[in-house]
Amino acid sequence: MKNITKSSVKAWFNHFGKTLKYSLHCIVSPFDGFWDLTHEKRGSIGAANFLVIMTILTTIWKYRYTSFVFIRVQWEHFNILLNICTFLLPFFIWVLSNWCLTTLFDGKGNLKDIYMGSAYALAPYVLIQLPMIVVSNFVTYEEGAFYTYFLSFSMIWCGFLFLASVMQIHDFTFGKAIFSILCILVGMLVIVFLLVLFFSLFSDAIAYFISLYKEISYRFY
Amino acid sequence: MKKALNIIPVITLMLFAALLIQPKMASAESDLFYTYTYDYWKLERESPDAYAVDSVSFGNDFKIGHFNNPEGMYIRDNMLYICDTGNNRVVQLKYENDKYSFVREIRDINNNGKTESIVTPYDIYVTSSGEMYIADYGNLRIVHTDSNLNVLGEIYKPEDEETLDADFQFHPQKLVVDTAGRIFVQAENVNKGFMEFENDGEFVGYVGAADVQFDFVDYFKKLISTKAQRDQMEAFVPTEYNNIALDSEGFIYATLGTFESDSVESAKPIRKLNAKGTDILIRNGYFEPIGDVNYANGGGYNGPSKFCDVTVLDNDCYYCLDMNRRRVFGYDFQGNLLYAFGGIGYREGSFKYPVAIGHMGDSLFILDKDLGSITKLTLTEYGKLINEALDTYKIGDYDSSADYWRQVLKLNGNYDLAYIGIGRALLRQDKFEEAMEYFKLKLDYKNYSKAYKLYRKEWIEDHIAYIFTIIVILIVVVFIKNTVQNIRREVNEE
Repeated sequence: MKNITKSSVKAWFNHFGKTLKYSLHCIVSPFDGFWDLTHEKRGSIGAANFLVIMTILTTIWKYRYTSFVFIRVQWEHFNILLNICTFLLPFFIWVLSNWCLTTLFDGKGNLKDIYMGSAYALAPYVLIQLPMIVVSNFVTYEEGAFYTYFLSFSMIWCGFLFLASVMQIHDFTFGKAIFSILCILVGMLVIVFLLVLFFSLFSDAIAYFISLYKEISYRFY
Repeated sequence: MKKALNIIPVITLMLFAALLIQPKMASAESDLFYTYTYDYWKLERESPDAYAVDSVSFGNDFKIGHFNNPEGMYIRDNMLYICDTGNNRVVQLKYENDKYSFVREIRDINNNGKTESIVTPYDIYVTSSGEMYIADYGNLRIVHTDSNLNVLGEIYKPEDEETLDADFQFHPQKLVVDTAGRIFVQAENVNKGFMEFENDGEFVGYVGAADVQFDFVDYFKKLISTKAQRDQMEAFVPTEYNNIALDSEGFIYATLGTFESDSVESAKPIRKLNAKGTDILIRNGYFEPIGDVNYANGGGYNGPSKFCDVTVLDNDCYYCLDMNRRRVFGYDFQGNLLYAFGGIGYREGSFKYPVAIGHMGDSLFILDKDLGSITKLTLTEYGKLINEALDTYKIGDYDSSADYWRQVLKLNGNYDLAYIGIGRALLRQDKFEEAMEYFKLKLDYKNYSKAYKLYRKEWIEDHIAYIFTIIVILIVVVFIKNTVQNIRREVNEE
């Protein structure tokens, strides 16, 4: 365990700032950027975590602070945990499925690289949607096309970056990347299926022990 | 003992006194009548009664025997014409001074000296001059008579081989006549819209053909199935109108009752047709005018509301009769739901099988086929306030409109239209910021945007001087900073 000193904290923040700033370079020149991200160690897990957290916050703030002209939320039925999970769960399953399958396809990246690449690919989402929350409060319904255009633009950009990250981190060609993305998506479904199966079996098992306990306790009382 | 005996008369007196004090019945009675609206989230919001039952009348009240399955009703001025279908007659009633009086019974008509009787009349239309058009369903014709029942014209099945089969039976069910004397008829098994006849009974064509309900899955199924299978399947047919009414300006309001449960909104169950037959109904409300937007299936009543009749008041509010859950839905001219009420039952204000709705002034008359009853509903204080608010807004008196809406709010704080109404009135008075507040409260984003656009414009116009000053200051600051830096660099280089 390294000692935490003032200088080490300062160095960590320096590194964090630099790697986070690198995401800006990453999203404008993705092929170059994602290659250097892992191969040249220009990225960091800290920055990746930060981007993931910012994405979660953006999705929540989007519901909370976007003008009601565009998003109307029935707060009685709003579940913040569910909201977080609807982003986080698919994201981690994507990372996991990506790692599982690209290992089979001779991908160069390890789990850490994949996580970092995927997290950096989320940067446009935060960079565009966060300001759009503010902008939404200053535009009218008729000008909504402008607002929705930027939202879909950020999504398309993110999708493109995900493709680029798969290509560069694993050193794939374009065709192979497309093919592996399709496989990853199928793999995600398989993982979800296994998870559901596991949980239902698990809950059955727990129910079995609970009923066993009940039977025994009825014997004694 | 004697003292105890003295108490007995006192007790009996008290018991008698107690008998005189009756519990108030009226309040319990009005609770039976449920009125509601929907908020933005499709939640049912209870509302005070906008209409209250004034009276329920039966055929027997006029010593003419019970109505037997009456199908249609038409109201002109203070005359009610009830098509007593099962008894092959039309009963004319007069409503005056809060009382019905029997005028006449129409059974026989005089066709050039020959007496003919009408068989199962389904509907009647009476022009302002008293001429009558009767949908003589049993005789497969429409009879046009003057006010003394002399036949002026008859309409039988039109000669039109292209659209009508040889074995087609002309069963007119509902009809209206516009001011130019054109007759619009909804006939049984006609799904091409309303049949239109000229003044002299000549068939012109169809108006307002309802769109075909088209389903891609069905289409695909049809594509891959054999011919034998295809014949078994239902044909793609346009849906059939089930009723027709005229508003004060002569536009046709039509209702549609046959559609798939999951396609209510695209089916547009209520339409306003112009002369060309296109739907021009304004639908600016939270929801399309489709009746119930949030309903449960149970108790034998499934699916969305199915309208069977509509009546349009002089202030362009229209009231639709839902034959599924036996409710009445009132809409304003913008398509906002004003209130809904009614229900299934034998009680006053409930209906067994309502078939027709009409209005006299702003009172509603509802004809019940099973019970053979006419229910008269009159506006309550609350309903009057809403109408006043709508009317004053329409003529441009925004101040009093807002005042009326504020009074409505006192009676019903859950009434979204009142908030929006106040907002709209404020918007017209150029109080944008307050208007925005009201719209935001009820999530009316379209009106909010209108108000915001004007507010933003006003704000920028007011603050344009400050904005320019800030921009100029920023430019100057940047310029000074740059020059200072340049000078420093030059100094350092030297």
